Amino acid sequence: MYNQENCKFAKTHEWAFIEGDTAVVGISDHAQHEISDIVFVELPKTGAKVEAGKRAAVIESVKSASDIYAPVSGEVIAVNDALTGDPALVNKAPHGEGWIFKVKMSNPAEAEALASYADYKATL
Amino acid sequence: MNNYPHNLLSIEKSVAGRRGVRFAPASKRAGDYLPAGLLRGEEPRLPQLSELDTVRHFSNLSRLNVGLDTHFYPLGSCTMKYNPKAYEALAAHDGFAAAHPFAPEQSAQGTLELLYKLEELLKAATGFDAFTLQPAAGAHGEFTGALMAKAYHLSRKDKARTEIIVPDTAHGTNPATAAMCGFGVISIKSAPDGRVDIEELKKALGPKTALVMLTIPNTVGLFEKDIKAIAPLIHEAGALLYMDGANFNAVIGTVKPAEMGVDIMHINTHKTLSTPHGGGGPGAGAVGVVKNLEEFLPQGRVAFDGKKYSFAKPSKRSIGAVKSFYGNIGVLIRAYCYLRQHDGQTLKEISQNAVLNANYLKALLQKHFPVFFDYPCMHECVFTLDAAKMNGVKTLDIAKRLLDMGFHAPTIYFPLLVPEALMVEPTETESRETMDNFAAAMIKIYEEAQTSPDLLHKAPQNCPVKRIDEVSAAREPDLHW
Repeated sequence: MYNQENCKFAKTHEWAFIEGDTAVVGISDHAQHEISDIVFVELPKTGAKVEAGKRAAVIESVKSASDIYAPVSGEVIAVNDALTGDPALVNKAPHGEGWIFKVKMSNPAEAEALASYADYKATL
Repeated sequence: MNNYPHNLLSIEKSVAGRRGVRFAPASKRAGDYLPAGLLRGEEPRLPQLSELDTVRHFSNLSRLNVGLDTHFYPLGSCTMKYNPKAYEALAAHDGFAAAHPFAPEQSAQGTLELLYKLEELLKAATGFDAFTLQPAAGAHGEFTGALMAKAYHLSRKDKARTEIIVPDTAHGTNPATAAMCGFGVISIKSAPDGRVDIEELKKALGPKTALVMLTIPNTVGLFEKDIKAIAPLIHEAGALLYMDGANFNAVIGTVKPAEMGVDIMHINTHKTLSTPHGGGGPGAGAVGVVKNLEEFLPQGRVAFDGKKYSFAKPSKRSIGAVKSFYGNIGVLIRAYCYLRQHDGQTLKEISQNAVLNANYLKALLQKHFPVFFDYPCMHECVFTLDAAKMNGVKTLDIAKRLLDMGFHAPTIYFPLLVPEALMVEPTETESRETMDNFAAAMIKIYEEAQTSPDLLHKAPQNCPVKRIDEVSAAREPDLHW
């Protein structure tokens, strides 16, 4: 399974766990902490095309609504439906049960441009 | 202390058979003269209370109000300035308040004249060539402005302009307006000094740009000092410049937006022009435009032929109706009163005092609460927290504790780019003594954070309703109606 160490990070605080040409996407522990108690996750639709750096999902907390950007481009092949009933999973396990969607990458080279955990951590 | 049960509805206090006034029995029953089909099957379920119970119920509810008439209300971005009572009396005048919306124009000459003259006063205060007074609020004004921008580009057969550029320091309604009007939203990051990043703007501008929406001063309380350079860039790219005038209270009397190169602007009468807002009723978002956009204004403008006032026939290119009749006329009457009471010089003093008051509070509080962008601010100031010194206390805790101390809380967690934001806008109508008291309360809270942070986590304790569990309320809403 994925954890902070084996994920890659976007500057906008999303992580991607790369396996072959697929990427599982979520938000970092730092991001969930900043967003605070999450009350709603607007998931993308399965089959939707997402573009690296463009909005793919929305997370609402008691403080604000935040856009979640796709770290890589491709087609959404799965979404975490459990978040509809229990959005707090993103707070509890941002790198586990709180994953958001899974992408079949159209341009796997994009994943190379994402930062390692150590590099991401250094920017916080 | 007031132990009256504030959390019970009048129907929950009802006791069968209890009543206030006893009327003589009716000589006729409703059934004697109404058709059977119009009669109720059963008695209406109304609260049964004595007159005293009823008086106490509503008097005590009214005492729970927190409003400008009772409290300092530094709700940043909202310009909660005092609304003079004289305007209330004038707006309630029978000639205005009792007029029927379908009354013929000859019997509504006073109302029409007021609207015509209000447009003239707004033109003088902003430099624009024409106004619509129809939009019902600021965001409605934005919507009207964006529709006019669309109509303008389409009238030139320029169909490629499908995007609106919005900096991240704009009001949240700006991107919402753009999306609502069917435009793509291009968000640009602000420069490190909190203002528009001109290089980012240049990159975003192009043949697809319909409109650039700038909030001036922006949501971090800073004036767009390079506006004279920014406006020509936008026009050279073939786009229009929209100014969100929600923060106009900081510059009215000093700056005429049309002279800065702004093409369209809304002005929130319920902020800058001292008409009531919030829970107090509707607003009005008059929209001003430069000459070449006048023909796109919505219908409902007033014309004067030298003898009588009438609703003007809309131009063929008008975007049509955005509201009905006279707009939010009760609000517009108050805005007219304000502009009649204050000439150009006093408007300038008003904005200068609004800016002075915000900077005064900034100076009083800055040692305890850092300012995110540390420049002289405009009409509002955005504080943040130094996490290392706050002992786990968050902005939310501070806002709740202020309620205990008899102040309305400032705006919190906005603007979004400031962590733990606390946005304070005192307005020009507050006295130095009031601001000193507020600053003293804020500093006391800072000290409490050092000694008894739990007190803050549990605040408010002196209010009728204690700390609300916002997370559960949002995650598991329990709705009744």
